[in-house]
Order: sequence, then C-alpha cells, then structure tokens
Amino acid sequence: MEQYLSLFVRAVFIENMALAFFLGMCTFLAISKKVQAALGLGIAVIVVLTITVPVNYLIYSGLLAEGALAWTGIPGAESIDLSFLGLLSYIGVIAAIVQIMEMVLDKYMPALYNALGVFLPLITVNCAIMGASLFMVERDYDFGESVVFGLGSGVGWALAIVALAGIREKMKYSDVPDGLRGLGITFITVGLMSLGFMSFGGIDL
Amino acid sequence: MSSKTKDTLFDPVFKNNPIALQILGICSALAVTSSLSVSLVMCAALTAVCAFANLFVSLVRNHIPGSIRIIVQMTIIASLVIVVDQILQAFSYQISKTLSVFVGLIITNCIVMGRAEAFAMKNPPLPSFIDGIGNGLGYSFILIVLAVIRELFGSGKLLGYEIFVTVNNGGWYVPNGMMLLPPIAFFLIGLIIWAIRQKHKDQVEEPEFKMAKNSAPAEVA
Repeated sequence: MEQYLSLFVRAVFIENMALAFFLGMCTFLAISKKVQAALGLGIAVIVVLTITVPVNYLIYSGLLAEGALAWTGIPGAESIDLSFLGLLSYIGVIAAIVQIMEMVLDKYMPALYNALGVFLPLITVNCAIMGASLFMVERDYDFGESVVFGLGSGVGWALAIVALAGIREKMKYSDVPDGLRGLGITFITVGLMSLGFMSFGGIDL
Repeated sequence: MSSKTKDTLFDPVFKNNPIALQILGICSALAVTSSLSVSLVMCAALTAVCAFANLFVSLVRNHIPGSIRIIVQMTIIASLVIVVDQILQAFSYQISKTLSVFVGLIITNCIVMGRAEAFAMKNPPLPSFIDGIGNGLGYSFILIVLAVIRELFGSGKLLGYEIFVTVNNGGWYVPNGMMLLPPIAFFLIGLIIWAIRQKHKDQVEEPEFKMAKNSAPAEVA
C-alpha cells in the first residue's frame, strides 16, 4: 500500500507530467485561458490516462514483450519479441479508447459529454497520454503500479493546467510588454510554476 | 531554387516558426535541450520524420477517405518513428537511452501531425517534402539555441568540449546548475519568443483588455 501512495505522490508532484517533463504542452498552453475549460480538459485527461496506461500494460506484457506470446503454446513463441511494435500499438490503443469513451459518454452521460466536447478527440494527440504509457514500459511497472501511475500523472497534469488557467485569468488585466504578451509571458509563468513544483523534490514517502 | 520553394523552406524558421508562433511541438522541445549532442539527434530525427511523413501522406492524399484520415496519418507517422527508433538503437545506443521516451513522443508531436494535416493533404509530394524539412528546421532552430545556452552556461561545455574552464577543473567559471533544470527552458523560450516578436511586430498578440486612458478616480472637490 505504502509503495502505491509514494508512487502516487511522486507522479502528482515530483515528476509532474507538465512541469517536469514538458508533456502535453501544446494543449497545456492552448486550453489554459479559462479555468472552466481547463478543468474539463483536466478531468478528461485523468479519465483517459487511468484507463489507457493499464490497458497498454496488458497489451505490452501479454502480447509484445519478449516471450510474452508463450501462453499461446505455439512452438518457438517464447523467443518472439514484438516490442518494436510498441509505439504503433500504444497510439492505436489510445485512439481507440478515446473513441470508445466518446461513444459511451454520448450515450450514457450526455451532460458530461457536452461539457468535455471538443477536448476528447484532442486527447489522442496529447503527449502526456502517450508519454505515460512509454514511461510505464521503461520503468517496468506492474499492473497495480500502472493504474496508480496513470491516475497520479493525470491528477498532476490536471492540477497544473487548472493552476495555470487561474493565473492567466488574472493576468489578462495586467500590462505586459508588447512582444511578451500572450505566449511569452505564459511561458515565463509556467517556468515559475515549475520552479515551485521543484520544491516538492525532497519529499520521499 | 525558385523563390516559392525557398519560401516554403525558410518561412517556418523565423516568420512562421512552429514552436514560437504556432505553439506546436513544445512537449519534446524542452526536455531534451540540456545537452547539445542529444538535441542535435532529436532535431535530425524530427526533421526526417516530418519530411517523410509529409511526403508519404501527400502521395496517398487522394486515396484517403476524409473520415479516417487522422488514423492513416497517425499510422504513417508511427511507422516512420519506429524506423527512426530502431536506427538509433542500432547505431547510437547511448543517445537512444538518453532520449528515452522522447523519440516515441515524436508520434504525438503536433508539428508532424499539423503539417501532414494542414499542408501535405493539399499539396503535391515535392513541396510537401520541402515543407516538412522547413518545419523541421524551424523546430531545430529553437532547440539548438536552447541547447547551446543551457549546455554552455550549465556545464561550461559544448558537445563535450570544455569552452569555459570550470572552477572544479582549476578554471574561472562557476557553472550555473540552474541552467540544467527544467524551469529554465520555459524562461528561455519565453525570452526567445519576445526577441522574435520584437523583430516581427505583426506577431504581437492583441491585448484582451485595454487600459482606459485616465482611469484614476477623479478627485472629489
């Protein structure tokens, strides 16, 4: 239990997807003008990450890893290594899950579907989702860990984008130098937030 | 080289830089810039993927049904990235370890996807190929500037050669460790955007709110 808690805290604060690894930056900067929209996108990212990371874990450990096909009983299957197909299958899985989620939400939770609106399809190309799956493979997480890691990195990303949106909502009233207005000052704000998050670095549970 | 080809090639570097103006592909741009050699490999990888993805998407553009074009583009890009990844693992394993997940993340790099969708779907193969290279160069430009600043001031070295002799080696330069940490990349990119927009005034964003001329409350008589 303790190891899961520690992993969760690390994924949310210390190794924050957006602020420490710069993942999902494109949407992070584009959709952070309003808190409302940022919150919607953040929730969508949490849900998609919590589902895709474990599913990609199952695909990797059940089909792609070296010797993973041994369960089929086909002679010689123990030596098959399909891990080079990883990138292609992860992105396929992510695209498919996002599509399925869209349909399910549309049918059973139309209110949430309307709230998320355009953000759901955008998530397919969000690097944070893909990045989490790749980190999961690289760090050899097991199934439980990959669920916690997916949830944690989603929460961390959502936290960062909502915080940034809050700052930007206030900042539009300030008098920023011409060339720096908009994108430039946003980057500097994110840099300062990233500095703030680095102070979590020493935490070790 | 005709002037149009030249425009396609060089416009993305300054005038229409994918990172600075279109905010595309920043994800991987920042994480790999703490050392110059790694950034150069990343630039080469991205430029190659972007150029060839544009070329192949453009070749099949008339045969892709509109409703599944994103999936088709994604598959083409993913296959190219797998090729790049395998080449890196075979020929420079050390660098491929350092880049870790960021090679894979070229797939979700919005520059590649964006150019395939915005340019290659509408133009013949050769201009698309050149557009891919151009956007790759625009991306590389920012990456290399960042990497040079960060590596030079962070560790006093460039590509492993010592430029500033650091205090530890009996020299004069005290390395600024801050340069190697993630936040500095955000600051630098913000400043680069500022510099580019000082030169190209048309890129300056309109303010959402204008300060009224004299908004101080009038003195009560």
